[in-house]
Amino acid sequence: MTQSTRTSQLADSAQFDYPDLNLSIKISHFIQETLALTKRLFIQLIRRPSTLIAGLVQPLMWLVLFGALFQNAPDGFMGTSGQYQKFLGAGVIVFTAFGGALNAGLPVMFDREFGFLNRLLMAPLVSRSSIVVASAIFIMSLSLLQTIVIMGTIATLGAGLPNVLGILVIIAIVMVLVLAVTSLSLALAFSLKGHVELIAVILLTNLPLLFASTALAPISFMPTWLQWIALLNPLSYAIEPIRYIYQHPDWSLNAIAVVAPWGSVSLIGCLGLLSAFAAVSLYSIQPLLKRSLG
Amino acid sequence: MSIAIDNRHNEIQAETSNSGVGSTEIAIVIQNLKKRYGTVDAVKNVSLEVRSGEIFGLLGPNGTGKTTTLRCLCTLVQPDEGLLEVYGISVTQNPAAVRQRLGYVAQEVALDKMMTGRELLEMHSDLYHLSKAQSSDRIQSVLTTLDLMEYADRLIGTYSGGLKKRLDLAAGLLHNPQILVLDEPTAGLDIESRQIMWTLIRQLQQSGTTILITSHYLEEIDALADRVAILDRGTVIASGSPQDLKKSIGGDRVTLRIREFTPLSEATQVREQLLELDVVKSVTVNELQGNSLNLVVEAESDVLTQIEFKLNSLNLPLFGISRSQPSLEDVYLAVTGKCISEPLN
Repeated sequence: MTQSTRTSQLADSAQFDYPDLNLSIKISHFIQETLALTKRLFIQLIRRPSTLIAGLVQPLMWLVLFGALFQNAPDGFMGTSGQYQKFLGAGVIVFTAFGGALNAGLPVMFDREFGFLNRLLMAPLVSRSSIVVASAIFIMSLSLLQTIVIMGTIATLGAGLPNVLGILVIIAIVMVLVLAVTSLSLALAFSLKGHVELIAVILLTNLPLLFASTALAPISFMPTWLQWIALLNPLSYAIEPIRYIYQHPDWSLNAIAVVAPWGSVSLIGCLGLLSAFAAVSLYSIQPLLKRSLG
Repeated sequence: MSIAIDNRHNEIQAETSNSGVGSTEIAIVIQNLKKRYGTVDAVKNVSLEVRSGEIFGLLGPNGTGKTTTLRCLCTLVQPDEGLLEVYGISVTQNPAAVRQRLGYVAQEVALDKMMTGRELLEMHSDLYHLSKAQSSDRIQSVLTTLDLMEYADRLIGTYSGGLKKRLDLAAGLLHNPQILVLDEPTAGLDIESRQIMWTLIRQLQQSGTTILITSHYLEEIDALADRVAILDRGTVIASGSPQDLKKSIGGDRVTLRIREFTPLSEATQVREQLLELDVVKSVTVNELQGNSLNLVVEAESDVLTQIEFKLNSLNLPLFGISRSQPSLEDVYLAVTGKCISEPLN
């Protein structure tokens, strides 16, 4: 290669100087880099399927075991007639999705610790958000699969299946929650020191948030102080709408899903709150991505 | 060129007359770079210029700030102070343009052992926004150049250390960068992989790539670099072409072993005696190597005969004696006052 070829190469690469590049090319580049990162996550999953298998078996165990726990509870015990599975189902769906999303930051933290993240940061990415979006797409796909399997299992256990629209709304709720929690998990991965610290935070957050929600028991069972916490817990605003759809075949978007001291929240209102939660999480991650990591 | 070697941290600017290599275009400019981590000054003051098409070596033991300098240049770390430019583009202000032109191969190989080599390269080509056609073209090309075809579709987890390093280099070359930055390219490699790497680096230079390498191996810098900068505790203390630096040190080096392992008292005594000779400029007792004596003597003198005569007159044996013109190791010793293999304190 002669000097003149080198110079013409320089001229060629000048085409890719941001921000002079036009918007449609930037968008297609963003999609290209995001899909590449998502592809990597799926490759890892296929070659190491234990995560997927564990992720599908765990919620099934919850459903079966917890359901069995309350097998002989008096009918109407949970404030509604029907099996405990119908009540518990919503909790398991949300809890499984939440757990998966909370762990989304771990692979990124390991990449950061082992230096792989530097490869991504060295590349001329249109935006480092592609790293977040790739994780989000991956975790959302997994959650979708888990949700479908759980809903199928609930139906098999005889606790019924919502109508098609209901299923779509449930999936939408789960997707928005997962997006929010994935962003937060990635924010932690970018700001905490190492994977030990990240795992500690995940453990401290996972179970307490589960118990301080309506996943396992209705709000009426709780003392006032716990009710307050549960009503401030975003998870409750995912669980209650899903539960409502399961328990009321005649559900509608305006039906009241949550009754809180400060007011009632309808189904569509819950979805709105969760969307706001997701927007805030995604926004909070931006400054962390901008600053250099190391 | 007047040089005062007695002052340890003297800046030796070796005059580089047209060293011939590299065009006059400047590929990299670093001026007064400063980077601090907490209370530690990793880089105190680094300035250097790399010409387009040359191989530039950054020499110094581990911990002197080589890697930090590279990371500032490669947009991974924000410098505290200083100017950094790549072909006239500011690194701090326009990092995206710089990333397009640079290929960085870090010291620690960081690969994903669950992917195959080809998958990693495909990921890289997407991150660098190559088109489908460009991508398959370039992947084919780097796999061939780095002799990785056979291993391309095996999992990276099965690769040997040398293979992983080559794949790392392949990834760095994929987008055909104008400048390749290599941090300790042969650290931990066996001799054969090392030779392959050196040949590759020379080939890359032939094809027009500018190369910046850091190393703590003197022979590597000596063999590859057109020009070199010596780093000591975060500052550049000498720079120039290896030949000019050696010339500027002046004098020949003599290594004298009285016995295979000489007692310290004897070595010190002989040292005093030898300093009396006119042609002998300095004598150091090398405690790390059996108390042998390292002398700096006047070039083209009959010093060997004089030394043998002296030892005879003292009734001392002569286990071994050798004489050579200054090497890069001598340059390093002269400018830093220590051996490159000494641990930093």
